[in-house]
Amino acid sequence: MYNWNWSVLWATTADGTSTYLGTLFLGLRWTLVVGLSAWAIALIIGTAVGIARTFPSGFMARAAAVYVEGLRSIPLIVQMFLWFYVAPDLLPLDAANAVKAWDKYNIAAAIICLAFFTSARVAEQVRAGIQAIPSGQKQAAHALGMQTAQAYRHVLVPVAFRKILPALTNEFVNIIKNSSVAFTIAVVELMAATRSMQEMTFQVFEAFTAATLIYLSVNLLVVKLMDLIERRLEVPGLSIRKAR
Amino acid sequence: MGIEFDLDVLVRAWPQLLQGFSFTLQLTAMSAIGGIVLGTLLALARLSGYRWLSVTVGAWVNAVRSVPLLLVIFWFYFLVPFILAWMTGASRPVEISPLTSCVVTFILFEACYFCEIMRAGIQSVPPGQLNAGKALGMGYWTTMTYIIVPQAFRTMLPVLLSQTIVLFQDVSLVSVLAMKDFFGSADFIAKRDGRPHEMYLAVAFVYLVCCLLLSRAVKALQRRVAIIR
Repeated sequence: MYNWNWSVLWATTADGTSTYLGTLFLGLRWTLVVGLSAWAIALIIGTAVGIARTFPSGFMARAAAVYVEGLRSIPLIVQMFLWFYVAPDLLPLDAANAVKAWDKYNIAAAIICLAFFTSARVAEQVRAGIQAIPSGQKQAAHALGMQTAQAYRHVLVPVAFRKILPALTNEFVNIIKNSSVAFTIAVVELMAATRSMQEMTFQVFEAFTAATLIYLSVNLLVVKLMDLIERRLEVPGLSIRKAR
Repeated sequence: MGIEFDLDVLVRAWPQLLQGFSFTLQLTAMSAIGGIVLGTLLALARLSGYRWLSVTVGAWVNAVRSVPLLLVIFWFYFLVPFILAWMTGASRPVEISPLTSCVVTFILFEACYFCEIMRAGIQSVPPGQLNAGKALGMGYWTTMTYIIVPQAFRTMLPVLLSQTIVLFQDVSLVSVLAMKDFFGSADFIAKRDGRPHEMYLAVAFVYLVCCLLLSRAVKALQRRVAIIR
């Protein structure tokens, strides 16, 4: 029925530059470049928006709420297409043409898109983390003479981050999975490399199995790494980690 | 250049967009119902005393949840014809409609997420209830069906619905199989007529409004169904 041929992974590609397995790893490299860059930006924006979400009232809190709800209500692939096909035209004509002529704009668009998309989710975690801190801590910070900004900087945010690390691990894994959507705007990441291997060799299931195993190992690695960081950052006595 | 926006393009595309939207709704509804039923069964299997069963199901659920949905969509698109051929004993892969392939994919994929939600729900029911069932002479499955699962379902209803909103958005990914769901049909017209601005902005706007309204509704429901313990 189906002719299995695992050696296709070691076969040389049509252009003779590497093996098919090699092209998958080249794809993985772009997956990681896109995922990690977007993750770094998402953490910064997400933290800022999440902090704004905890303000009792005012323009900032409302703007942050709109930001989060908006980004969570539009499918990722639609956001990806908006950044790639529509966003450049918001710029002045010269700049728009320059952006469209740039051959790496699809990668930039994927990073920007994933960064904003994930930042809304990070913001929700940061907000939940800050709101889970007993109000006594903020009051204690004020009692010690700290301004609100200082209380956030030295007390609330550091404690919140330690509390939400497991949730952030989850978002980190998600951003790597979500980076596969960048293949729809022609970023040659792992999903795209898998598809092109499948189309060149017709060995569908070998290509997909290899990609699945690569995704599983990367995600396992992320989980283990974050677990290590979690242990290092644990506050003695404040741990919510379950006994093992 | 700026953003060109010609409403006329949307008016002309309207019938196709509507068709795509109804396809998206159908796929969402079928996958949500199938996914919740299968997910509940998976959760019961994970929590059952049979070690091999709970380990196997646990491994499957975790594996599916760590690969991208896109990869899963492609997997099933190519795999289901072979599985059907194997099940029916046919000599060549059975051709199926892309819709069938998508329904199967989404039910199996979303079931893994619904499984984790239902598992949390079942575990949130106080253990005294399971013991009370036993004391009344009920077996494990009877207790689960009549006592535990209905309560878990009620507790988790808002979460299940939130996941369904996520599913509603995820369905847009079937456009990679050149299917005409809501986004797929808009994408088709955008590329055919060279009107990306109108089509993509319109799709984004419709999704935005729908999801905002739905999540408001879920929040309202959450307040109503909350069980005070």
